[in-house]
Amino acid sequence: MQKTYYDPADLRKFGKISEWNEELGSKFFEYYNSVFKEGKLSEREKSLIALAVAHTIQCPYCIDAYTGDGLQRGITKEEMMESLHVASAIRGGASLVHGVQMMNKVNKLDG
Amino acid sequence: MATKSLHKLGSDLAQSNKQLKILSNGIFKNGELPTFKDKISESGQFPLKAKKLEILQINVGYMCNQVCDHCHVDAGPDRKEIMTRDTMKQCLELIEKSEAHTLDLTGGAPEMNPDFRWFVEEAAKVGIKDFIVRSNLTIIRANKKYYDLPDFFKKHNIHVVSSMPHWTKGKTDKQRGSGVFDKSIKALQDLNAVGYGMPGSHLKLDLVYNPSGAFLPGNQSAMEKDFKKTLLEDFNIQFHNLFAITNLPIARFLDYLIASDNYEDYMYSLVEAYNPAAVSNLMCKNTLSISWDGYLFDCDFNQMLELPVNSKSKHVSEFNQELLEGRNIVISQHCYGCTAGAGSSCQGNIIPENA
Repeated sequence: MQKTYYDPADLRKFGKISEWNEELGSKFFEYYNSVFKEGKLSEREKSLIALAVAHTIQCPYCIDAYTGDGLQRGITKEEMMESLHVASAIRGGASLVHGVQMMNKVNKLDG
Repeated sequence: MATKSLHKLGSDLAQSNKQLKILSNGIFKNGELPTFKDKISESGQFPLKAKKLEILQINVGYMCNQVCDHCHVDAGPDRKEIMTRDTMKQCLELIEKSEAHTLDLTGGAPEMNPDFRWFVEEAAKVGIKDFIVRSNLTIIRANKKYYDLPDFFKKHNIHVVSSMPHWTKGKTDKQRGSGVFDKSIKALQDLNAVGYGMPGSHLKLDLVYNPSGAFLPGNQSAMEKDFKKTLLEDFNIQFHNLFAITNLPIARFLDYLIASDNYEDYMYSLVEAYNPAAVSNLMCKNTLSISWDGYLFDCDFNQMLELPVNSKSKHVSEFNQELLEGRNIVISQHCYGCTAGAGSSCQGNIIPENA
């Protein structure tokens, strides 16, 4: 029995998800692949968004996948780190902006 | 960063039989991954057969002024295997006899062969359609005696194909050595100055991109756009095409993969990216690779693995186009490097975009 929840080798098996539900699995991967094709945003921009989101949702598979994807696209480590700070700023900001709620409450109760 | 070749270091991996063993054992022996032979058999493409000869690739020696981390030749300043003028003369006879339309000189740094200029001058007289020299760029700036290479190339209408792993200094120097980026930029500017790589110019200048680590190259045309934009904006450099080449798991790149614990993952990536459509366009089908000592191989990679052509015509002195056509190509697991994604060859992708 596996001793940890995550095994890097499991990422390779992602496609097998469809084996237990062919219809929904296929629809998901078709959608997924369409999302990452060049549109109004370039594939490169989408890859950086995916990397930032991967860190926000803290998905180890996604982090591995989109770090590798970024390297393949020639994205530099500096660009990758910059995208992570965007994620981090939004995530930190999301906590802090709730401070307004706290301030409203304090002002109402004790103003 | 490497400073000596695996040969000089006396590494096990300097021996081709050791490399072949690694490529056949482990995940391929225990059936975790299919061998290349099994994989191409699935689509009825085994054995791979050579077609009409179109490209002659001549390796004029393994000596190089650089010791790049990914080098499949294990080239470096300490390599002494150099093609002699006698072998070059035999190659010239072969070029005249063959119907190949492309001549492709490679190395090492081909310019370091003392007879390089003589050979280019003689070969240019044969009237081959596309005469390529694979230049690592830094050689042009390595020593005063090479400064005039751009003019020399121009005089003989050489198609220059140059390695450039990234448009940033950090990634380039990491793979190819400290100072390589700055010298390469200066060399590209020198080539542009005599007309190479300019829009509409018949003086062809193409760049080769290969990844700086254990990952596959991305989309060739997207990379080309990024290279063109940055090189023009930052350094006022222009070039024609970018060839994205996959690193094959042999020699120094294999050594790197093993040392960095990336070998299995990399082989998985190659096998997962296997594209049967690339098989029919593989460069080994229309190419003949000639080693510094005149032996014939299906490709430069097989040359480094010492896997000679499967034909009675084994040496430049006994070249026989009829015997070589239709020969079975010699394969091993390194061949997955040429069938991944859009395929890979010395001319980059082998499947056109949107195909």
